[in-house]
Amino acid sequence: MNNLSVEHLTGIHDLTPEDIELIFQTADNFKQVINRPIKKVPSLRDITIANLFFENSTRTRLSFELAEKRLSADIINFSASSSSVTKGETLIDTVNNILAMKVDLVVMRHPNPGAAKFLSERIDAKVVNAGDGTHEHPTQALLDAYSIRERLGSVAGKKVVIVGDILHSRVALSNIYCLQKLGAEVMVCGPTTLIPKYISELGVKVEHNLRKALEWCDVANMLRIQLERQEIKFFPSLREYSMQFGLNKEILNSLSKEIVVMHPGPINRGVEITSDVADSKQSIILQQVENGVAIRMAVIYLLASKIERQ
Amino acid sequence: MEKQVILNKRHFELTLNRLCYQLIESHNDFSDAVLIGLQPRGVHVVSRLKSQLEKILHKEIMCGSLDITFYRDDFRRREKPLIPSVTNIDFSIENKNIILVDDVLFTGRTIRAGLDAMLAYGRPAKVELFAFVDRRFKRDLPIQADYVGKTVDTLSTERVSVEWNELEGEDKVVLYTPEVNE
Repeated sequence: MNNLSVEHLTGIHDLTPEDIELIFQTADNFKQVINRPIKKVPSLRDITIANLFFENSTRTRLSFELAEKRLSADIINFSASSSSVTKGETLIDTVNNILAMKVDLVVMRHPNPGAAKFLSERIDAKVVNAGDGTHEHPTQALLDAYSIRERLGSVAGKKVVIVGDILHSRVALSNIYCLQKLGAEVMVCGPTTLIPKYISELGVKVEHNLRKALEWCDVANMLRIQLERQEIKFFPSLREYSMQFGLNKEILNSLSKEIVVMHPGPINRGVEITSDVADSKQSIILQQVENGVAIRMAVIYLLASKIERQ
Repeated sequence: MEKQVILNKRHFELTLNRLCYQLIESHNDFSDAVLIGLQPRGVHVVSRLKSQLEKILHKEIMCGSLDITFYRDDFRRREKPLIPSVTNIDFSIENKNIILVDDVLFTGRTIRAGLDAMLAYGRPAKVELFAFVDRRFKRDLPIQADYVGKTVDTLSTERVSVEWNELEGEDKVVLYTPEVNE
């Protein structure tokens, strides 16, 4: 088994545990590449990649762009605010116009759930989902699990709690799939209004008390409160949220064991996590960012190797 | 598949020994020279050379291993993606005399990729090529080895395998010839 079982990366849901392991092994090598004097390999020099961002992103876009450049691919960038989308063009038309310029692989972020899957069924290029609405964000989940594997040796058997806005979070859903496929136990924690009603059907535990959740876990993944997605009030105030679900040094120090703290970024300091925790030794937030580039290189490399040469 | 031993255990050892002295002849005490083995099979040659040279010179020889997967020219021309191995060069190769080591030299494409991969680590003073077995007459690129253990003339359908005591149970070089279909 040394080929991905999928043609596109639309979500973790479609991957097998072997796929994930293959991506991790490949990422190990790329991590080595990005830590040496010349951080670039020529593998993808005949591949062109389009980064289509129909929704704002800084970290993910930069991470993908860097990963593509380090593989020597040619890249074109596109963001919705400066495009014909605002003139009424459909997604398929926009993408087909870009593909007419001979693009081999598309990295897309889109506000609609399922957009990546929709696209992958209709165009003649590989698709990597960089976040589709509240559905999935597969590369984030891969880099999160990879960072856990790096810190704790393995993911299997570990207990991971995802804290915060589970309802609006594509990171949470992808993380649940990814961690479960690798044999970890997953719990979600947050205010009742931000936990989807049927989430326990995915086989995750639900807890509304942060302290209990932290006592149970090995790793706490603190999600950002997505203020931009909250058209109605899900909790009375940010201050109340951070009092009940914010991670601070005091709680962390009172636990019976040392846990690993993660955050997919961007951090709302003082809301879901305090500065001293975010900058502490227990936090692997910056390692997550570094691993993000290696993981994205691995995903693109493995998908690109499936592109047929004309 | 017909199997023919072209270098047995005794000649294997003699050849390695001779190559060590040849290396010492051009690199004296190895103060500026390093051995870099190409993954996956060249690293076994290096580990054997290293222990032999250290026995003779009574000093530590700098060695590394280099993975060339991302530099190959057959990416996307194969059925399966190429799975990389580990690169381990924990010293600067700047101004060093590098001896690139591989077990079998055939088309020369691996060495071409190896040169590219190595240059990502710096600018060596000089690079030489060491091939334990040289399958001449089937070179695709203008690449020749400076140190050769054994030269063999083979057909491209044949396969030459350098086998190791640690891995396959015995030191030997084997030539595999596919049976001709009637």
